Amino acid sequence: MRGTVIRLARLTVSRVIYLFLAVVVGVYLTVIIANMGGELDKMRISQIEEEIGVSVLQNPAYRQLPPEELKALVDGLVQTQIHRFGLDRPFFPKRSLIYLWNAMRLQLGWAEQMVSDAGSRQVPLILLERLPYTLALFGTANLLLFFLTLLVALYLSRRYGSFLDKATIALAPSSSAPAWFYGLFLILVFAALLRVLPWGGLVDAPVPTTTLGYVFSIVRHMILPTIAVVTSTFFASIYSWRTFFLIYSSEDYVELARAKGLSSRDIDMRYVLRPTLPPIITSFLLVLITMWMGMIVLETVFQWPGLGRAFYHAIQLYDTPVIIAIIVIFGYLLAATVFVLDFVYAIADPRVRVGTGAERR
Amino acid sequence: MTNWLAGLKGLRRYPSLLAGIVVIAIFVGLSIYTVIAIPYSQAVALWRGGPDVTATNPKNAAPAWFNLFRSDKLPTTIIVNSAEGRGTKTEQLLGNGTKQVDITLPFRYTFNLFPTDLRLYTELTSEGSSVPVTISWLTPDGRRIILQDNYSIKASDTYYITQDEALRARLSGAAPRVGLLADPQNQGKALEGNYELVLTAQVPQTATLDSRLVVYGSVYGLAGTDYMGRNLMTPLLWGAPIALIFGVLAAVGTGLLTFVLSAIGSWLGGWTDRILQWITQVNLIIPLLPVLIMIGYLYSRNIWTMLGVVIALSIFSSNMLTNRAMFLQAKEAPYIEAAQAYGAGNFRIIFRYLMPRIAPTLLPQFVLIVPTFVFLEATLSVLGLGDPVLPTWGKVLQDAFSQGALYKGLYYWFLEPAILLMVLGVGFSLIGYSLDRVFNPRLRTV
Repeated sequence: MRGTVIRLARLTVSRVIYLFLAVVVGVYLTVIIANMGGELDKMRISQIEEEIGVSVLQNPAYRQLPPEELKALVDGLVQTQIHRFGLDRPFFPKRSLIYLWNAMRLQLGWAEQMVSDAGSRQVPLILLERLPYTLALFGTANLLLFFLTLLVALYLSRRYGSFLDKATIALAPSSSAPAWFYGLFLILVFAALLRVLPWGGLVDAPVPTTTLGYVFSIVRHMILPTIAVVTSTFFASIYSWRTFFLIYSSEDYVELARAKGLSSRDIDMRYVLRPTLPPIITSFLLVLITMWMGMIVLETVFQWPGLGRAFYHAIQLYDTPVIIAIIVIFGYLLAATVFVLDFVYAIADPRVRVGTGAERR
Repeated sequence: MTNWLAGLKGLRRYPSLLAGIVVIAIFVGLSIYTVIAIPYSQAVALWRGGPDVTATNPKNAAPAWFNLFRSDKLPTTIIVNSAEGRGTKTEQLLGNGTKQVDITLPFRYTFNLFPTDLRLYTELTSEGSSVPVTISWLTPDGRRIILQDNYSIKASDTYYITQDEALRARLSGAAPRVGLLADPQNQGKALEGNYELVLTAQVPQTATLDSRLVVYGSVYGLAGTDYMGRNLMTPLLWGAPIALIFGVLAAVGTGLLTFVLSAIGSWLGGWTDRILQWITQVNLIIPLLPVLIMIGYLYSRNIWTMLGVVIALSIFSSNMLTNRAMFLQAKEAPYIEAAQAYGAGNFRIIFRYLMPRIAPTLLPQFVLIVPTFVFLEATLSVLGLGDPVLPTWGKVLQDAFSQGALYKGLYYWFLEPAILLMVLGVGFSLIGYSLDRVFNPRLRTV
């Protein structure tokens, strides 16, 4: 017993270090890429020079100054500003490491260009403003996807070879297209041809005055993107889970349960679903995380004001603090998920041996 | 080897596999035809557009075969060029070193709908500067409308008839493209019959004057045109080889490299394995699409750069872990032990014994991942990060999306590339899923 605890503790610590280092490397790479390996500094400096030059020239108080003094004044202001942003220090290695250190501490700082709707430049405020929308859309779509596919796959595995089963399998290739692609088709059908659902956006153009009307309007705008997300992975997930259930339902203990005369509901719940649930949760969570990337395009196509679009805007504006912030949050979330999964796996399925690296197949 | 042969023999039993192969074969054939028929440089020039390429193409024109399904036919583009011998050109010498040139450009208009634009292009080769011309328009019912009385043309000139505000006023407010062709009895309908545009000018005797009238329709070719008047056929055709090359190279590149590296790692074990595993863990944290977007915006949108980054970031994917698990199982097999016993080296064991054993199980993965990369290219294009010079399906989708094709009812513009993408994706998926059943017999028995 004690040996197990020590081994478990050692495993936990090594996993945490492992994952943390992974996040550090990932975020550092992002810091370098987002700053173009330091090249972005030149752009920022010339931007500062231009802004200060214009503001000084337009200031009537400085009109009378002789050109030399004016130039000295501009230079002085530019130097102060450059120093303020730390652009006078070399990007490698010192400043890039400071960026990394701040990012890892979740000191996300201030955005350079982006402003939250409330008017703040603080990166956490900008992101927090967008988060609910992404969560609402993404959460709904994925919960729907999870339970729908699970139920349908179970149902189909019981009716293996039926017409419905074959039809679903035949539709599995439809999942090779990403969600935004189905989104465009859905817009074509429901917004352009039938004109029953909105083209995109968050709420109707004159914003409804009542809370109920507001919520209803948002729900109406969520329908198409939600269907797009569900369609894009629905059939492939059913295909893989159904196969999975079929393999597990041919195990000896399931045969035995069937021979005992247990109801098919009991068999599904106790003998098929239980051992298959951990890998299903794993794959589902991993899908969830990778689909976050897909949100960038989906939110662009549907003009949904979520995190994905914020990320895209940040890149367009070269707003590195926002880019790094989103990546570091994503990194921590992913690392935490992977960490938790290891344990969920071990708890849900006692057959997974603790402390060995080999995966069971 | 027998594993492969048995699998291949079984192919006949899978019609979906055959269907997939046929689809991909068609796309490969189309690609080969395209690359030969429209050389790369020509395709890039056509896609760049500009007056040299798109001057006579109508904008946002539907495919010409739309007319087969319509009773109210959409007009086609009519071009009458005096330089090509269409129409009549008479020259009459005048005393003062000049000559009078009369160009008559006749055309027959057989549609009830109005053209989308009217333009008159003139080419003058002469040492002098500009010369004055008179342009008039004759309708089938014998009316004569003076378009311009004293219009001066330079060496190469375009008279945008539709934008002529003075003419519009004389046509009682109707846009010239409508007013010049409208039936006097029924203003909402174009008058069918023979029209003529007459251009008269006095030019120096040595000069030549030619003129070209373009009556822009609203259908064009097999695929139609986009908002810049570019023929959509170019990107639709060229999209095939680009999608195939991008998808297959990315899939094979990542698939093979992952495969080889995981084989080496799991066989050698120790530090090699640990480092590879660690890189995989780090790579899982780095999201592919955001990195690609950053590289596209900050560095380069060249398709080969993108392909390189895609491959580099996809090698150490979660497939590395599943491959490794399979290899760990396979390396315990007795025949590997036997190979070791007779003194086979690491290289031989990995490439001759381990990899061929696992390859069939992974083959479906290689195929199934191709559409993912094809759509990745389209995704990047939709975000505005497609290769700036290459005509691809994704670029057409992006144009259609950003120009509001769906909103304007120009559905063909969106549907053409979308359906091609879909069919190519389904083709690969059909092959992949069938191979999955062929090579993974465990799925066949259940």
